[in-house]
Amino acid sequence: MAVMTYREALNAALREEMERDPDVFLMGEEVAEYDGAYKVSKGLLEKFGPGRVVDSPISELGFAGLGVGAAMAGLRPVIEFMTFNFAFLAIDQVINSASKMLYMSNGQFPIPIVFRGPTGAALQLSAQHSVAAETYYLHSPGVKVVVPGTPADAKGLLKAAIRDDDPVAFMEGELLYNFKGEVPDDDDFVIPLGVADLKREGSDVSIVTHGKMIHVAMQAAQKLEKDGIEVDVLDLRTLRPLDVDAIVATVKKTNRAVYLEEGWSYLGVGAQIVATIQEEAFDWLDAPVLRVGQADVPMPYAKNLEMMAKPSADRVVEACNKVLYR
Amino acid sequence: MAQTRTTTKRTKSADALGRYGVSPELALGLLGDMLLFRRFEEKAEEAYAIGKIGGFCHLHIGQEAAAAGCIKPLRTEDYVIGAYREHTQALAKGVPPRVVMAELYGKGAGASGGKGGSMHIFNRDVRFMGGHGIVGGQVPLGTGIAWKIKYREEDNVVVCFMGDAAVNQGAFHEALNMAAIWDLPAIYVVENNEYGMGTAFRRVSLTEIVEKASPYGIPASDVDGQDVLATYAHFRDLAEEVRGGGGPRFVEVRTYRFRGHSMSDPVSGTYRSKDEVDRHTHEQDPISLLRERLFDGGHLDQDALEAMDAEVKEIVNEAAEFADDTAVPGPEALYEHVWSDLDVRGRLRFDGREDAPWR
Repeated sequence: MAVMTYREALNAALREEMERDPDVFLMGEEVAEYDGAYKVSKGLLEKFGPGRVVDSPISELGFAGLGVGAAMAGLRPVIEFMTFNFAFLAIDQVINSASKMLYMSNGQFPIPIVFRGPTGAALQLSAQHSVAAETYYLHSPGVKVVVPGTPADAKGLLKAAIRDDDPVAFMEGELLYNFKGEVPDDDDFVIPLGVADLKREGSDVSIVTHGKMIHVAMQAAQKLEKDGIEVDVLDLRTLRPLDVDAIVATVKKTNRAVYLEEGWSYLGVGAQIVATIQEEAFDWLDAPVLRVGQADVPMPYAKNLEMMAKPSADRVVEACNKVLYR
Repeated sequence: MAQTRTTTKRTKSADALGRYGVSPELALGLLGDMLLFRRFEEKAEEAYAIGKIGGFCHLHIGQEAAAAGCIKPLRTEDYVIGAYREHTQALAKGVPPRVVMAELYGKGAGASGGKGGSMHIFNRDVRFMGGHGIVGGQVPLGTGIAWKIKYREEDNVVVCFMGDAAVNQGAFHEALNMAAIWDLPAIYVVENNEYGMGTAFRRVSLTEIVEKASPYGIPASDVDGQDVLATYAHFRDLAEEVRGGGGPRFVEVRTYRFRGHSMSDPVSGTYRSKDEVDRHTHEQDPISLLRERLFDGGHLDQDALEAMDAEVKEIVNEAAEFADDTAVPGPEALYEHVWSDLDVRGRLRFDGREDAPWR
């Protein structure tokens, strides 16, 4: 095990996969000479050269589509969006081209591509730089969605995403890049998509969550522990494929669940998880499943308003107490 | 950057073959291709009218010289990608007529297993990269294919077709800029049939199509797209320039659509007059133009033409019979090819139709 940041873990995954497969290339804004807007691609230009680590113009729709075309022809592109907020410009190529190509060509053209970058809010970036965009990608069959919350998961899942033959939206967190954690040294450390991870074990209530919200969930679990409440914290890690068995297992264990996500609750990830729980574990529930997400407003700039808008450990504690009828 | 007007006055006589360096055999081949495309589209029109073809169906009648002339000079390893008026482009690239027709009929033996339809013809073997339904959406895709050719240091080119309306999409401009800065082996072809659906191009742009690539420094040209010999000769030269590392090229192929935008659109109507359409069909038919030249040069007579027409009609009838007789996709096809591998951890599908425990 080595201790490294989430950023370094992503960098190692990219480096190892580019060494492993000459068809893998990285393209995006500022990825080469600038070392990446968040320095995720630091040193890769030097190692792999400008043919494989490519600074693009600010043309999200264009270079996302270029990546899909290159994948049709047999390459394995990694397309970096400076943030998924900017990827709204590119979503036509993700949804209309990447997600449908295999199906509408009757299996002739797989699209092995990774679209990656940070999703969700950082600090005071306001409305147009703070959207948690998972739902937009999850809605369409044909796109996998991966949301790592720790350095180890970031590395193991990015390697799996690059090796996957389907389009993957790999959604990171700006506030996670400096987060440190232990990462296995093995350069073939791959975490299969579709496997959730129980980040904390308890028997009273389940907090199911993904991405950077696992850290908020852990804070909430610590607070609840002081009141003698033991929490299962289930990190989904990938949202499609979804580890339904793990969700059902934690619900059967605690009989009470809260879904925590960074984005808006309306038709958010939690809406699907709640539907899945009521379809498959209804008889095991002792209380309705509640959701904690962002206030149903565009993200405001003012620090106090932003704090109010974001989901917090206190709101998660409150939701847990409700499902516990405390 | 050079922006050349290649169009000169059309040579009507048999001299045209010599002028464009096209042998009589090749010219007869181009005529046969265009006849096949015409008869194929007429058969599709007929089949649509009686409900054998559904959905949106965009015919290429009147524009056959663009498909024949642009694609004939290419090699099998070269790539072609287009928009949704692409039946004849697929035929020109070598997709068998029966496979294209079966796709229009929504049959399992169709080019895309019946799951694409008229707008989404694909064939990996001959590198026909689709049929794409979002105006301009195929332009970045074609650019990505060109990126792969350069990345792997191959000797191929990609021809990326679009209609005139695509030049007002952001995707077009972003893609051309990238092709230029990275010197990619792509030929972008605008088939200018003067109307984006029912909107005349002159109403949506103050500049000419041939000027659209100049901001990006891509050499541009235009060609008389009703003159298949001129079009063929132009693309023969362009393909060699691009193959030799010359970077991208941009071509306006000036043509005219003899039918409505799609099957649900009348031939003439509120946006163009019957007189205008009649004038084009009588004076600008690419098949008639080549036929007259071949007659004049003594390379073709009425009997030979009729024999040629009978031959392509036979191919088209056989294609339609095949499409009629072959099976619809089996129910198992519904869920096939959403994902490349179903043997994964976790659940990929959420429609509740099969996995729901109460069933």
